Amino acid sequence: MTRGGKTRATGAEARALDDGGGAHVMSWVIAIMLFLTLLAGAAGLATARAAGALDRQMAGRLTVQIVEGEAQRRDAAAAQVLGVLRAQPDVARATPVAQADLARMLQPWLGTDAEAAGLPVPALIDVDLTSDDTAAIARVRMAVTRASPAARVDAHATWLEPVGRLLDTAAWLAGAIILLMLVATMAVVMLAARAGLEAHRGTIEVIHMLGATDRQVARLFQRRIALDAGIGAVAGGVLAGAAILLIAGQVGALDSELLGGMRLGPGDMAMLIALPFGFVVLAVGAARLAVLRQMRRML
Amino acid sequence: MANIVQFENVGLRYGVGEETLCDVSFTLRSGQFHFLTGASGAGKTSLLRLLYLSQRPSRGIIRLFGEDAVILPRDRLPGFRRRIGVVFQDFRLIPHLSAADNIALPLRVAGMAESDVARAVREMLNWIGLSERATARPATLSGGEQQRVAIARAVIARPELLVADEPTGNVDPAMAERLLHLFHSLHRLGTTVVMATHDWHLIERVPGAHHLHLERGRLVDPDPDPPVTSPVPPIPPRPDAKPSTIVRSGL
Repeated sequence: MTRGGKTRATGAEARALDDGGGAHVMSWVIAIMLFLTLLAGAAGLATARAAGALDRQMAGRLTVQIVEGEAQRRDAAAAQVLGVLRAQPDVARATPVAQADLARMLQPWLGTDAEAAGLPVPALIDVDLTSDDTAAIARVRMAVTRASPAARVDAHATWLEPVGRLLDTAAWLAGAIILLMLVATMAVVMLAARAGLEAHRGTIEVIHMLGATDRQVARLFQRRIALDAGIGAVAGGVLAGAAILLIAGQVGALDSELLGGMRLGPGDMAMLIALPFGFVVLAVGAARLAVLRQMRRML
Repeated sequence: MANIVQFENVGLRYGVGEETLCDVSFTLRSGQFHFLTGASGAGKTSLLRLLYLSQRPSRGIIRLFGEDAVILPRDRLPGFRRRIGVVFQDFRLIPHLSAADNIALPLRVAGMAESDVARAVREMLNWIGLSERATARPATLSGGEQQRVAIARAVIARPELLVADEPTGNVDPAMAERLLHLFHSLHRLGTTVVMATHDWHLIERVPGAHHLHLERGRLVDPDPDPPVTSPVPPIPPRPDAKPSTIVRSGL
């Protein structure tokens, strides 16, 4: 077991604890915990990434509406506002939305010929600012309303803020779930190690009486738990990987601008791949802690 | 001869009842052979538990290998335990390990290289006449064979102190005599032996053996008669026994 305090594992040493019934329940527990943790982790990371992408998309973008019932006056005002916008140093790009595109967007609600029916349809101009500075937005807003009192300026960040908050909350919730799962896993492993100590009490007492140190006894359990946790980590990891790939494929097929941002980058993948290893390390550490604490109660 | 064990007014109480051991004082010197006798419940097993550091006394002083075992820090106990061989009354073999692996445990605990462990275990199995049963699990061994495996496990690391709790209690007289011979061989190599037994016949077979007798937790004079000093009759070697370094070294 040891020489000069150094660890030296032997197959025979590993056999000191038998593979009694129920020993591999730990593998199942770890597999299920890891599966759920990986799903929560993937969802959290993808959501955080989507929230970031949304922030980047919305930051410094405006829509200017020219709300004018009479079409000629509306078009004239739109042209004037467009000219003012393009002259602003804060504006990187100002693009009028074609009336045909607008009619197509409104078609589900207003039918195919809304303008002919006398329904007022505003003119829209998409604006990209050079920065997402609120002062820049205020300057553009002032210039636009001065050019046309019928113009309204909507900052995208303002009306998509609740969506961003929701995504942020979802990401934090996923993080909290991961933390809870880690704590629960640690607790389960500690309980399992204590139950294992109880189940192997006779063997432990003999080994203890033969001069085994607490660390040597703990190492027996660590090795057992590492094996079980390793098996569980592989099973849980493979299942979670398959589930994540399936969901990623389905999200990709949605062709949604919002959900399209829910992707996993290389850093995210690295974190997810590290999780099973983290689980094994956590399980081994928890087992060691539990066994050492129990052993200290023996003389 | 150096003192291996020294008890001074040792008392042991479990819970709040009467003392199981009361004012026990004695000294074991290096290389001595001691029998411990007493009726059931006299405190023999409790005294042995104090000897092999499974229990601390409620009072008194225990000096073991020259150090105060009562105040010995817990992290130093394993080192002391490795110097003590224990034969438990109920053998306490690990059921899922083979006879060879059970015997090898103390060496593995001490960190001996596997090649050395294998050689030592082979020799020990040969010595106790169980070479053919090396891979057998304890459940498939007879009571006498289990007893021999338990003894082999206790002595394989050449302990300075060997503590045996009624090691001949479950074997026939011939096997009891063989085991006694085994303990006596160890004693001749310098191991201090403490053997609890009810068998007065065995006591008479070890010349010069010392005798500790417990009555209701107190050490008393066992017998006014001096110990019989007739030599231990030689036990013929087993026909299947092969020479080994342990046998050659006199063990």
